[in-house]
Amino acid sequence: MWKGIPLFPDSASTYSDAVDYFYLALVGISIFFTLLIAALVVLFAIRFRAREGSAGATQIHGSHVLELFWTAVPLVIVMALFVWSTKIWFTITRPPAHAEQYYVTGKQWMWKIQHPTGQREINTLHVPVNVPIQLRMISEDVIHSFFIPAFRVKRDVLPGRYSTMWFEATKAGTYHLFCAEYCGTKHSQMIGSVIVMEQEDYQRWLSGAAAGETPQVQGEKLFAAMRCDTCHTGQPGARGPKLQGLWGQKVDLSDGSTVVFNEDYVRESILIPTAKTVAGFQQLMPTYAGQLGEDQILSLIAYLKSLSDPAQGGAKP
Amino acid sequence: MSSVDATGLAHHFEDLEQQRESATLGMWAFLITEIMFFGGLFGAYVVYRTMYPEAWDNGSRELDVFLGAVNTTVLIGSSLTMALAVRCAAKGNNKQVAGFTLLTMVLGFVFLGVKVIEYKAKYDHHLIPGPGFMYGGHAGGHEQIFFALYFTMTGMHAFHMIIGAGLMIWVILRALKNSYTPQNHTHVEMIGLYWHFVDIVWIFLFPLLYLLGRHGHAIGAATGGHH
Amino acid sequence: MSSTVQTHAPHAHSPHEHSGVAHAAEPKTNYLTANYGWKSWVFSVDHKRIALMYLFTIAFMILVGGVFALLVRLELATPAGDLLQSENYNKIFTMHGVVMVFFFLIPGVPAVLGNFLLPIMIGAKDLAFPKINLLSYYVFLVGILLTLTAAAMGGVDTGWTFYTPYSSTYANSQVALAAVAVFITGFSSILTGLNFVVTVHKMRAPGMTWFRLPLFVWANYATGLIILLSTPVVAITIVLVALERLFHIGVFDPAYGGDPVLFQHMFWFYSHPAVYIMILPAMGVISELIAAFSKKRVFGYPVVAFSSLAIAVIGFFVWGHHMFVSGQSTYAGVVFSVITMLVAVPSAIKVFNWVSTMYKGDVLLSTPMCYAIAFLGLFTVGGLTGIFLGTMGLDIHMHDTYFVVAHFHYVMVGGMVTAFWGGLHFWWPKMFGRMYPEAIGRVAAALMFIGFNMTFFPQFILGYMGMPRRYHFYPEEWQVLNLVSTLGATLLGISYLLPMIYLPWSLKFGKVAGKNPWGAKGLEWEADSPPTTFNFDKTPIVTEEAYAYPEGARHQPEAKVV
Repeated sequence: MWKGIPLFPDSASTYSDAVDYFYLALVGISIFFTLLIAALVVLFAIRFRAREGSAGATQIHGSHVLELFWTAVPLVIVMALFVWSTKIWFTITRPPAHAEQYYVTGKQWMWKIQHPTGQREINTLHVPVNVPIQLRMISEDVIHSFFIPAFRVKRDVLPGRYSTMWFEATKAGTYHLFCAEYCGTKHSQMIGSVIVMEQEDYQRWLSGAAAGETPQVQGEKLFAAMRCDTCHTGQPGARGPKLQGLWGQKVDLSDGSTVVFNEDYVRESILIPTAKTVAGFQQLMPTYAGQLGEDQILSLIAYLKSLSDPAQGGAKP
Repeated sequence: MSSVDATGLAHHFEDLEQQRESATLGMWAFLITEIMFFGGLFGAYVVYRTMYPEAWDNGSRELDVFLGAVNTTVLIGSSLTMALAVRCAAKGNNKQVAGFTLLTMVLGFVFLGVKVIEYKAKYDHHLIPGPGFMYGGHAGGHEQIFFALYFTMTGMHAFHMIIGAGLMIWVILRALKNSYTPQNHTHVEMIGLYWHFVDIVWIFLFPLLYLLGRHGHAIGAATGGHH
Repeated sequence: MSSTVQTHAPHAHSPHEHSGVAHAAEPKTNYLTANYGWKSWVFSVDHKRIALMYLFTIAFMILVGGVFALLVRLELATPAGDLLQSENYNKIFTMHGVVMVFFFLIPGVPAVLGNFLLPIMIGAKDLAFPKINLLSYYVFLVGILLTLTAAAMGGVDTGWTFYTPYSSTYANSQVALAAVAVFITGFSSILTGLNFVVTVHKMRAPGMTWFRLPLFVWANYATGLIILLSTPVVAITIVLVALERLFHIGVFDPAYGGDPVLFQHMFWFYSHPAVYIMILPAMGVISELIAAFSKKRVFGYPVVAFSSLAIAVIGFFVWGHHMFVSGQSTYAGVVFSVITMLVAVPSAIKVFNWVSTMYKGDVLLSTPMCYAIAFLGLFTVGGLTGIFLGTMGLDIHMHDTYFVVAHFHYVMVGGMVTAFWGGLHFWWPKMFGRMYPEAIGRVAAALMFIGFNMTFFPQFILGYMGMPRRYHFYPEEWQVLNLVSTLGATLLGISYLLPMIYLPWSLKFGKVAGKNPWGAKGLEWEADSPPTTFNFDKTPIVTEEAYAYPEGARHQPEAKVV
């Protein structure tokens, strides 16, 4: 208990300092206004206190100039703060291109994490320093929230929909990982650590950890095992649309609308194939709800993505 | 304590006009809360319709437009009889107030009876949301959400009608005691307002649930067909 | 007593005037002594008696919610979670939130002080719909009984926010029953709001124009509008959650394509405006207190009145700031953020006007004024920290941490509860005809200020370090700050218990208060203490603005206890 009383969190991501500066500026503004109000209240309470021989109250109805002044000043201040903070928001929510993709599945009450290189971890996330990392997250049950205070970032992890967040750690060390959205009995034990390592340490760790197959290899195997390839042959005249080169493209649907071929669409089509049918195809695909877990769907997504990535032998979009 | 004098003026009002205006404003304020109440459901409807247009079309096609149209007519008719009841109350003609209110009530029950027939048909087709829901031969489609909203919206509407019918019994009893005078018939007016509101909610529900989407899209190649 | 407010019977045909006997020498009865027996209370449609029934019921709920708060703070004194099991800890913080929000913060000022004072302040005999007023009390009581039943049958563990799909599908607790309880309580709130709105429109005494209304009436009017527009939305949302829970209809269940975030939108569409339902009437109280104890008209009266309406209107368009990290679109977030910044402005305007009201006044620091000054400090901190949370870049980090917990306690407890105590002391002589003991009153107010800051200030620091809310266990390095918070909560608890002891004591032993012990302006001070059943012997005619204190107004010598 007495090993020092921390009053400020570690700052260990590329944008955490920007958040801190903004925070400290707001703290400064708040202290200024709180002291101003407090000083005026104390001053008036003493200076104009009711006492024997006081002159009594001077009736003042108001002042347009003052009202305008103290409407305009807060307005300008909060608008400036809005602009400043929204800039920070865009920094934190827009991942750089080619961030490393990690997959996170939340469930009551643990975090399951898979590295792009195939390693799996529970409640611990090892990451290299100075590498932008994007997490693609989904929940198997209720809403969770992936929160790393030292990086000043969190994002809700929803069931039925992917959410993402990104960070680039700047300092090696071990940091708290919390679930920040109340998720039931052991909410406060849905915690873990983010371990930031120097590049070479991370490589050593990777080679030491039991590296399973990469998500996309697992996805490829699942694609065959679930017999997806019998319809999605990639040949003309197949019963299912060709999936090569499709990632990120607009797809025409049978009802005349279009949809972007992305994670959410793929997930929906696997679980509820009737929802959106590609134009020119019959509605023949069965649902895989109950047969595939969220982890497996994420692997399939990784595989389908690789089919459109020339660098991984996929087709050009 | 809450004494009411012979003219129907309660103790805390200065005159009947103030009392009447207060009641009217109160009723309108209440109807605004009702609009917000149904507004929440309409909001959910819009969100899901935007998310799942195909399921919405499929759901619409399961509803019986004929029965829906019959019910719309019945309800508009009941609004007319309710308006006549209010008019008679303003003339102090208590007998006709009772008669028209009774007619309104009967029409209300016709509506509810038709609704029961429709609900029964949905039950037979496994379209009641929940574990037993089946659409097009399988469970778990987005059509379930359409039907969840269909039942909640029409159910809430029916619930409001039942309350209205209860209030009408009270009006009929009071009318039979010759309680309404040209100066004091606020109750009938208030219940009239309420009934028209219930009617208007249906005027929105009918096209949104039954009509929109039925012919909205050209149906593509066998999408989601279940027949 | 005032030369500016004359009274006469305005309507010759009004058959209810008791004026004939009003000046008789026999001792006058008041609303407390008008009639006796339990029936004269439980069937009373007198707004003042209903207000007292609310007062005692709510006082009981404060104790219930307070015990839950105490258990939460005791548990958090150590990081290990050794007092309670997680399951029970979760139920206790949920019950603390449900009880305090729905049975104290929302009804506290309007249903007690508003019910008692609103008709008197506008010169009416009662609210527009006295029977509906009584109905709203019983609906409230049913809500309480159902909530306590849910607690007795195993409790609820969803948090007071009932987020889906946890509440609708996963929680193993009495969610449906608690939802029904909240649903029913909402109707009590709607009935009160409806009554207030109609009363302010239609029941004002002759001469009581809109811009002569006391600011407390303005605040309650704005609150009534918010209640009418927002509460029904949460009602239907709760219906959907209950249907989802009981019949698994799929609306909020992601397995069927239901959108759990839609629940958050619908919930906060009510629950953010509900924050203003809690704080606006409290702001009204503060306007009254500062005017009365500075012997001055509220500085910038029309601006303060309109700022209440501005808060009511803008407050409807900020709900999305609860969901910056929930997966709503970035652009929705930007819009919600900028509107949130805007809603800070009218609150700031109010604070500056209150402070200016004290300038060149005749400031008397009696207990209600001590509470009002505490309010100014605590609400300022609460409001400013709201800006932290409304800015998107910072909210990513702070969302769902103890910073949020500290912020809303500063606004709700530091704001609303402080104003509630201040108002209760201020109008206590009007309600019961007796003065509370002044010295101990000030001690309680000072203790509250110290205890409050000790409890909640450390939580700002914990929040920025990342301590998530609703955590049963927490990392060891945060124990010291949590311990300070728990000690502060103990002081705070004592400071709230003190008035619960000395106020009832004063009913028998307090100094008898005259009509107007503070020498304050306002129709309520023209009525007897306690008022008669119909408040005034004759309908008052209003000829002057609110707070029309004369130049050089001073406190009566006997009011100056220091």
